[in-house]
Formats: sequence, C-alpha cells, structure tokens
Amino acid sequence: MLWSKERQGDNVVFRGARVLDSVEGIDAILDVRIDNGVITAVAEQVSANGHRVVDATGLVLAPAFVDPHVHLRTPGREDEETIASGTSAAAAGGYCAILAMPNTDPIVDSADTLGSLAETAKREAEIPVGFLAAITRGQGGEELTEMGELADAGAVAFSDDGVPVASAGLMRRALQYASVTGRLLALHCEETTLSRGGHVHEGAVAAELGFAAYPSVAESVMVERDLSLAAYEEQQVHLLHLSAAESVAALRRARESGGRASGEVTPHHLVLTDEAVRSLDPNVKMNPPVRAERDRVALLDALRDGTIEAIATDHAPHARHEKDVPFEAAPFGVTGLETAFSVLYTELVEPGLLQLATLLERLSAGPSRIFGLERPRIAAGAPANLVLLDLGAVTRVTADGFRSRSANSWLLGRTLRGRVTMTVAAGAVVYDGRRLDGARPGAEAPASPAAERE
Amino acid sequence: MNSIHLVRDDLRPPGPPPRRHLISIADLTRDDVDRLLGTAHVFEGSLARHVKKLPTLKGYLVVNLFYESSTRTSSSFELAAKRLSADTLTVKSVGSSVDKGESLKDTALTLGAYDPDVIVIRHPQIGSPQLVARETRAHVVNAGDGKHQHPTQALLDLYTIQQQVGPLEGLHVAVVGDVLHSRVARSLLQAFDLVGIRCTLVGPPALLPRQLGAEMTSDIGAIRDADVVYVLRMQNERMQAGANYVPSLREYTARWGITPERLRPGQKVMHPGPMNRGVELDPRVADSADSLIEAQVRSGLVVRMAVLYDVLTGGPTGVRALAAAEVA
Repeated sequence: MLWSKERQGDNVVFRGARVLDSVEGIDAILDVRIDNGVITAVAEQVSANGHRVVDATGLVLAPAFVDPHVHLRTPGREDEETIASGTSAAAAGGYCAILAMPNTDPIVDSADTLGSLAETAKREAEIPVGFLAAITRGQGGEELTEMGELADAGAVAFSDDGVPVASAGLMRRALQYASVTGRLLALHCEETTLSRGGHVHEGAVAAELGFAAYPSVAESVMVERDLSLAAYEEQQVHLLHLSAAESVAALRRARESGGRASGEVTPHHLVLTDEAVRSLDPNVKMNPPVRAERDRVALLDALRDGTIEAIATDHAPHARHEKDVPFEAAPFGVTGLETAFSVLYTELVEPGLLQLATLLERLSAGPSRIFGLERPRIAAGAPANLVLLDLGAVTRVTADGFRSRSANSWLLGRTLRGRVTMTVAAGAVVYDGRRLDGARPGAEAPASPAAERE
Repeated sequence: MNSIHLVRDDLRPPGPPPRRHLISIADLTRDDVDRLLGTAHVFEGSLARHVKKLPTLKGYLVVNLFYESSTRTSSSFELAAKRLSADTLTVKSVGSSVDKGESLKDTALTLGAYDPDVIVIRHPQIGSPQLVARETRAHVVNAGDGKHQHPTQALLDLYTIQQQVGPLEGLHVAVVGDVLHSRVARSLLQAFDLVGIRCTLVGPPALLPRQLGAEMTSDIGAIRDADVVYVLRMQNERMQAGANYVPSLREYTARWGITPERLRPGQKVMHPGPMNRGVELDPRVADSADSLIEAQVRSGLVVRMAVLYDVLTGGPTGVRALAAAEVA
C-alpha cells in the first residue's frame, strides 16, 4: 500500500513530446492530455481544453520511475532524511513511487511503527511511498515479525536490508510464512563470516591499499542459498543490490529453471568499479562494495537481457560529519534518487551500451512488476505518472543542489547529461524544473529546458 | 633530472609552490628514492661528528601526531627533527582530546592553527594522512596508515640494504609472514619494484593476498634463494582464537619461523620491529652477526632526517647545495 498527501489531480497538456512507453508499444511524437490527474488522450494534436500547455518539443515523455529501494531514515535519523525531503528528492529524480526500507530506529517490525509512518506519509509525502517491514524482530535474525498483521497494516514487502538473515532455518520459515501474507521477501545477501567487516571488494585495489576485503563470494554463496531455499519452498524472492557476476549467474540459472526470482542493481554498481576506491572518498563506500570490471559488465548484461528487471538507487543518506572521516571510519551508503536517471543516461545510454527504452523500462515497469505495484503507463484512462526528460540538458552535481537532506553522492563535481524536467505522480505535478523552485534556494533551474542544452 | 614527483596537493587551487607530502611509496620515482637515500647518507656523515646538531631546519615546527603506539618511528621522527634544529611537538591519542572523541578532522584543524610546517601522522585508518593534508597547510608525512603504507620504513630498509649489502638493483629479498595485515610489506613491494629488487612473499596462504600480483609461495624453503630475508611481525592481535589465519602461533613458528637451520650462511635478516622473539624469529638469528635489525634502527634516524629535509626544502638542488656545504 502506498501513501502520500492529498493532492488535486492536475490538468495539463504535453505538446509534441517524444512519447516513449515500450510496454505499451509507443514511441512517437504525440500530445498527452491529463484531466484531473488522469490521462485522457494520447494522440496527435489533442485539444488543450483550457489546460496548462507544456511545450515538450524535443523532450521525452515516459512513464515515471519507481524506486524499490530507498532509505528514508525516518524514524530516528530525521537529520539525514525525512519522508518529506526524501519524497521531494524522489520527485526531482523523476519518481512517482518509492519503497522505503525498514532498517530505521526503531526498526519497522510492528504494525504500530508502520502505522505511524503511514500517518506521516499521508501528511508530508510528496509522492506515494510504500514501506517494507522487517523479516525478523529488530532485524535480529532470531524471531519472525508478525508478518500477517504487518501485511494487513500495509507493508508492501519484507526485508532485513542492511543485514542478511543469517540462519538458513529461519529463512526457510520466513519463506513458508510468506505464502500466508502474499508479500515478497526482498533479501540482502551477505555471508558475514566471509565479508567480516570488509570495506572494499576483495581484489587488486584492496590488496594494494590494505583494506579489509569483502569478497564477491560473500554475496554469491548467500544468493545461492536463498535461491535454493526459495525453489524448495516454491516461493518468490527478490535479490537486493546485486554486485557480483556469480550472483547474476545464479539468478539467471534460477530463472531459467522456472524459479520465481528477481533482482535489482544500483546505478553505482552499473558504473563504478573498485578502482574508484583509490580516491579514498567515503562517498564511494557502500554495501555491497563496487566490484571488478567483470562484475560490472555482468550486471549490465543482465540488466540488458532482463535477468535483472529493476534499477534501484539504494539511496542511503548520511550526515556530512559522518562521511567527513577516513574511509574505514565512514558508514556505508550513498545517495542516488536525484541522479539515477542522469548518470545512467550519461554513462550507459549515450555511449550506446544500453537502449533508452530499456533503461526507462528497468526504472519503471520492472520494479512495479516485481513488487506488484500498478505500472506507470501512458494510455488513456491510466492515472498520470509521467516523467518529462530533456536528454540534451547538462547538469553539474553540487552538494547544495539536492533536495535530499544529505549530499553523500558519489557524483559530486560531475557533469551529467540528461535531466528530469518535470514529474507527475498520481495525477499531480510534483516536480517542475522549468519554474524557479523556492524549495531549492540557489539552484539553477533554467527558464526553459533549451537554455542549457548543447 | 629535476622532476619532483612527491605527492602534490591537488585538492586545493593551484598556488605556488605545491606542498610536498610523503604519503605513499607509489608517489615516488626512482629519482626521488635515489635523492632521499643520498641525502640520508650525507646526514649520516654529519652524525659522526662531535656536534651532531645541524641548523638546517631551525625555526620550523614539526608535529608528531600518533594515534597508534610506536617506539621506533615516533622516537626517530622526534630525534630527526631535533638533530635538524626544528621545534617538535608530539601529540599522542592517549591523554589527548582524541580520548574524548574528537574527530581526526577537528584534531587536524586544532593543530593546524599552530601553523606547523610538517605533520607526521600515524593512524589506524587508511587515508588519514590525506585528510590531514586536506584540512591543514602543513606538509604531511605518513608514519603508517592502517594496513596501507609506511613509506619511511621502506625507505630506511632500502637504505639499510644499500649500505649493508650493496647496490639495490638485481638483489632478491624474501618477505616472510603476515603480508595481509602489513603496511610495511605493501610499501616494501612498491619500493622494491621501483629500484629493481626481486621480491618473493612467503607465508601461510590466508596471510598472502593473491590479488597483490606478486611472486608468492607458502614454502619456507623458498627463502634460501634470497640475498636478504625480511621477516614481518606476527601480529598477536590478529592471531586470536577464532581468527584461524593459522591454526596456532606454535604451528606458525614450526612452519614459517626463521631459524639458523633455514638460512644459508651469510644470508642477511631484517625485521621492522617490534619482534616477537621465538615466534617469527629465532633469538639465535636475531642476535647473530647477519641480523641487520640494529642497522635498520640507525638508518631510521638518518632517513627520517632526509625525509623532513626533503619535503620542506625539496628537490635535488637543495641536496647538492647541502652536500657542497658539508664538503666546505
């Protein structure tokens, strides 16, 4: 179940956009009209009906994005992110829905905690947000949460993200009970006796620099275990933030033999390798770590062929002072909601490594399908969940340019091409980069998208 | 050749002159190493005189910031600065505000307010010297950061080998023991590569990271081919029950301990200290005429004098000028 604050559906006409929804089989220059938040016409030359007209000439209009893996830090660390700031950041990133992980303080492991989050979301969420609940009480790995009650209270899925379910026996019980709740288990796969406090992928860079190393096999043995258990119990599982080639191979085998298993990958795992760690920048420290080039290539191949169906940001905000320390002392995690599309467009689509249509599908339809959410689509009668993209626009990533409360981005200082210009979520315009935005003082929002195009 | 390749501080806008640091051996060229060892040799000559103090760095402030215990490194940096007439200030984490939870950044800012010319830092975490270089205007010398680098140790080891064994190029050194947790080994590997020394790593498989891409074996017999056997400290804290890198220290000693029987006559032995007598090194070897361990400590002083001098005055010109002054 997703929650957001009440909004009026907007009345807008997008004029002359390249409308791209590969699931609906659309890729053409068209107009799209929204009446009271519902798409009413997708055609050439629709009448404006007195609505606001957005000149979308030269821009791409696509189904808005869905992020299945976000840390909103609420409750407990509202200094790092709130539901308001996180959903506002998501709107600016082109998202119409996000799912938040339960590893907060307190952990989301009771219907009470979930209920209070839902209340807050109804007050302050800019876009619809759903919550996962923990698989085990306090994510302690010993007792199952009351998954039935949590599901009834609106938990979208279950996860102990941040830590693995170490016990195979308990994992099996969770899978068995998932058939009662009808909710997906989303798994953080890490064998901690192998990762052992490692900070960096076990490879040449860690060996040379002397970092405690976190080998690929620490992920892939857990992936293999959980896929075996899921197959045995005939249950569906979702594998969070995959990082290793061996994990991808295991997922592919499981899917080919009929298993109901899915996977997601983050922008940083698709773009970076452990070479990035040579900078000793705490903003390239994440769990799982970025790995070798062969891993990156395997992840990209899997994203292309659909073995990995979803791109997830694993948006993990951290306070500035906590990242302003030596690499080993810094917490794991980087932000990503506001840069995901741009960096993947710049690094993968522009060089011809990934089709734009595939990128858009994996950012939207893929994650919706996995988590059983309504798929954002461009068709008459569908609720308007749209993102308007300016592929030519250039943006420089700066610490003061984020709507997120945190700026621990691995892209600070980078110049990216391809920008989210406008986002419509659940029928309402939730982000409009064409208008100077009071929520973001000092931000350079161009008067027209053409202003900064090259 | 006049090129200077010590680490430049590219985190600040360009401005004259670039601050020189010594953070990793990887930042040095062969020329830098030759120059530093040459300077050290000049200083060694000066220490043979009746008055051992040189006025060279008078008026400079050298801060020693030590977050880990150390005898050799901290004492030799302090003495090196004093022999060159610099003012010194030693800050240890125990008994300082670090005990009260002050972050490295804030400690660096505090010390930086005294305008030190050099900050020598030892810290258990990789990248700490870079952080201090970013937050202060001082030249930073890395005296050991985590398991990453200990560049002055590698330089003093090269100096010791050069003085005690002979020209470096073409020699063969076997490095024995816990390479995985050793910043000394990481610095040595790069230093040996730079000067053309062949290196073989020897030790238990779990303590030899195969991704290092170096020549390595678990067969202790391999040390017999080497000119020098360099023995690493077996770190007791790494060997606690349950770590299982090796089944026990006793078994380590039996398989990889350096005994007279495992050495060729005349084969030189080195150790960065502090050593565990009877664990990685048989006392008969440690106390034998072929042990270079005391020579390493003496080299530590003159090499650290050379490093302080080099980061502050910089470059071959300064060294030649000094040598000329010495001759005069």
